[in-house]
Amino acid sequence: MDFKLKIWRQKNAREKGGFRTYPINDVSPEMSFLEMLDYLNKQIIESGGEPVTFEHDCREGICGSCGLFINGRPHGPMRRTTTCELHMREFTDGDTIVIEPWRSKAFPIIKDLVVDRSSFERIMHAGGFISVDTGSAPESNSLPVSKNNSDKAFDAAACIGCGACVAACKNSSAMLFAAAKIAQYALVTQGKAEAKERVDKMVRQMDAEGFGYCSNTYGCEFDCPKGISIDFIALMNREFFSSKVCRQIPGRYTRKV
Amino acid sequence: MQKLDSKIPDGPLAEKWKNYKAGLRLVSPANKKKIEIIVVGTGLAGSAAASSLGELGYKVKVFCFQDSPRRAHSVAAQGGINAAKNYRNDNDSVYRLFHDMIKGGDYRAREANVYRAAEVSNDVIDHFTALGVPFARDYGGTLDTRSFGGVQVSRTFYARGQTGQQCLLGTYSSLNRQIAKGTVKMYPRRDMLDIVVINGKARGIITRNLLTGQLERHSAHAVVLATGGYGTVFYLSTLGLGSNATAAWSAFKKGALFANPSFIQIHPTSIPVLNDYQCKLTLMSESLRNDGRVWVPKKKGDKRHPTEIPEEERDYYLERRYPAFGNLVPRDVASRAAKERCDAGYGAGDSGLSVYLDFKDAIGKQGEDKIRDKYGNLFEMYEKITGINPYRQPMRIYPAGHYTMGGLWVDYNLMTTIPGLFAIGESNFSDHGANRLGASSLMQCCGDGYFILPNTLSDYLADDIRTGKIPVDEKAFEEAEENVSERIKQIMSVEGKQTISSFHKRLGKIMWDHCGMKRDSEGLKKGLELLDQLEEEFWADIRIPGSEGELNQELEKALKVADFFEVGRLMCEDALQREESCGAHFREEHQTETGEAKRDDKNFAYVGAWEYRGKGEKPGLHKEELKFEYVELKERSYK
Repeated sequence: MDFKLKIWRQKNAREKGGFRTYPINDVSPEMSFLEMLDYLNKQIIESGGEPVTFEHDCREGICGSCGLFINGRPHGPMRRTTTCELHMREFTDGDTIVIEPWRSKAFPIIKDLVVDRSSFERIMHAGGFISVDTGSAPESNSLPVSKNNSDKAFDAAACIGCGACVAACKNSSAMLFAAAKIAQYALVTQGKAEAKERVDKMVRQMDAEGFGYCSNTYGCEFDCPKGISIDFIALMNREFFSSKVCRQIPGRYTRKV
Repeated sequence: MQKLDSKIPDGPLAEKWKNYKAGLRLVSPANKKKIEIIVVGTGLAGSAAASSLGELGYKVKVFCFQDSPRRAHSVAAQGGINAAKNYRNDNDSVYRLFHDMIKGGDYRAREANVYRAAEVSNDVIDHFTALGVPFARDYGGTLDTRSFGGVQVSRTFYARGQTGQQCLLGTYSSLNRQIAKGTVKMYPRRDMLDIVVINGKARGIITRNLLTGQLERHSAHAVVLATGGYGTVFYLSTLGLGSNATAAWSAFKKGALFANPSFIQIHPTSIPVLNDYQCKLTLMSESLRNDGRVWVPKKKGDKRHPTEIPEEERDYYLERRYPAFGNLVPRDVASRAAKERCDAGYGAGDSGLSVYLDFKDAIGKQGEDKIRDKYGNLFEMYEKITGINPYRQPMRIYPAGHYTMGGLWVDYNLMTTIPGLFAIGESNFSDHGANRLGASSLMQCCGDGYFILPNTLSDYLADDIRTGKIPVDEKAFEEAEENVSERIKQIMSVEGKQTISSFHKRLGKIMWDHCGMKRDSEGLKKGLELLDQLEEEFWADIRIPGSEGELNQELEKALKVADFFEVGRLMCEDALQREESCGAHFREEHQTETGEAKRDDKNFAYVGAWEYRGKGEKPGLHKEELKFEYVELKERSYK
């Protein structure tokens, strides 16, 4: 197969970037999208150029490293598929393929197709955990969790932190990402004790990072490679509003009785 | 030669850890604040260790090469995590788990370490549950378990097919809590390139900031390596592409012994190589062999579509060779048998390097719905990668490098032969002998990180309460940084023509052909020769574009691949000296008349630990005798 690739090249965060066009021939339909880029890079290196920098690691759709904006869609045309799982047989011979990094103020470009997703980390630092020290856990079965809630918690916890939800959203909202973690812990008994503080802190951090708000276009759910449901955003909103009227949180959300 | 002291405590097996722990020294809370610890790697072992050390009040610095600790390759583990909870009332116990692991490892692991790993397994499950890890549950709200290969009880806890991901997100959450508290400082996008040893003790590391290329000095009172295995030496493996041996290897070069490097588990059922640019093999769960039948065409080089090959022209070679176990022979046997058929020219697919795993009979007998129920997600994943619907035509599978049982030699304290340098998780050698039992790796990583290391490390650090901060302007830091800088300059200055990946691919092929599923003396010697030749070519003809002072993925790769030549040589040396077959290590010269592995307990019941003796010098072998007081050594039989 032959393609024309239009790839975003940018030397670093300071310099201005732009598209460059690369013709690529003899691509096997069995290649994954990233293997096709490996193949391109081999040719670029051998002809004395600088290869395209992109992030990747596990190459089996679970680590969340890779994430390219392909023909206007995060992770490309296949639903519920990460960039590394996408294969060239999904494209038509002769296609022009446009490859860009995630575009969001909260994900500044580092180089070429690599962006800085540390804003996600800081949202997690704000409250993406259950406060329990090693050694202090009760026996597992002493706190039953209904199968239904546990399964739902898993559905939320399947998030791989790739950032496709932000890239898909016209507002660059990170609400699906934050909601997935908040919902996971809100649904299991173990996470309930600090659920109110958690949602409050994580939502505030999400806003501070410059992510936008949700306007219910469902783009994030559609393009999430793990199919995480937008229902979790509703759950997060419910948790957030109830935290505002909660008396347990010290600080500005406390109401005097 | 230094004497290897495993420091295994006396006393009855079940009392060893309890009594030993009671005698370990502590560091007071006030003093902990003054003590710094470096943890390298943020997989299950690393992030578990870092968070629990942070909880204790130490000042912890954590390093990973990814942009986030959540991306470490533990995330890709599928099956589950073992624990001796006995929730199913199937008469499971710590002793039974211990016994299964010793036997599964073909009697090449330490009894005391394995027993301890089994002992803390229940605490690991409790902790994960408290951290909100969504393990599968039954309708009553309690935890579910499933059975796993080679054992007769149901002790594997799981979260669908993503247990590794969910456990890692659990340890990551506890790490995040400590980062927020300020006890742990996270350094992402760093490659550790050297270890700093001052007065015989590990006191720091040299890292390269992958974004700026800056070399950095980091000091601490102790260093913990949780850097995983070296399976990417094969180039094609089930590992993440960034996985590497460099951190462990720098420790080896500074005096840490490296144990059993030739013990590498080859997993029989991965999706095969589909194109020439493939750099990764994706695992398909072993459970598929419960219903799938493995076959190749009877005719050499038969390239017909598999559905066009009639029944009588198919060779169900596992059923033919192993009528008693059929398709359910153990991993090592299944892997070797597939390789044998493909090497003989009967392999399927264009490359001839795959065999069929056929569900036609199972679908015929049980119906498609039943099969979808059992394996739906795996079939879906297979179709995504290959574009082939396995309900309609057989899967193609081939063995792939998966897990390294070998690693840095550690004593009972998980400390290497360099005082103050600890190794945990897959990066050490300690618990799996010559072959790992399914779902034991997650268990060991978390046990090491959460429940064992914090105790033994505190004992070591009890001597350091008056040391004070380790200055980074010490001569040893300067020298280590200079060495790393020199190596980078050397790599950048070659200015040849070939890419790093093309060398890595050829290196992987040498290792796969000469030190893979089957080894023999001649092949191993040939492999050593080829490695030398290829290494010479590497240093004469690599091309690294760009500069060292920026994000440069080719340079990162070059630093890793350069070490793999040396890792490969040590693997061959180790495989050569071990004149027996055991677990994943199969020497052609040592097999029974029917082709089974022939262990030699009289001469080889030891851990082979290697000492670095300088560039170009032959490494020295130290032997730690394995004593079996509780388990009787038997032949692993599958007939």
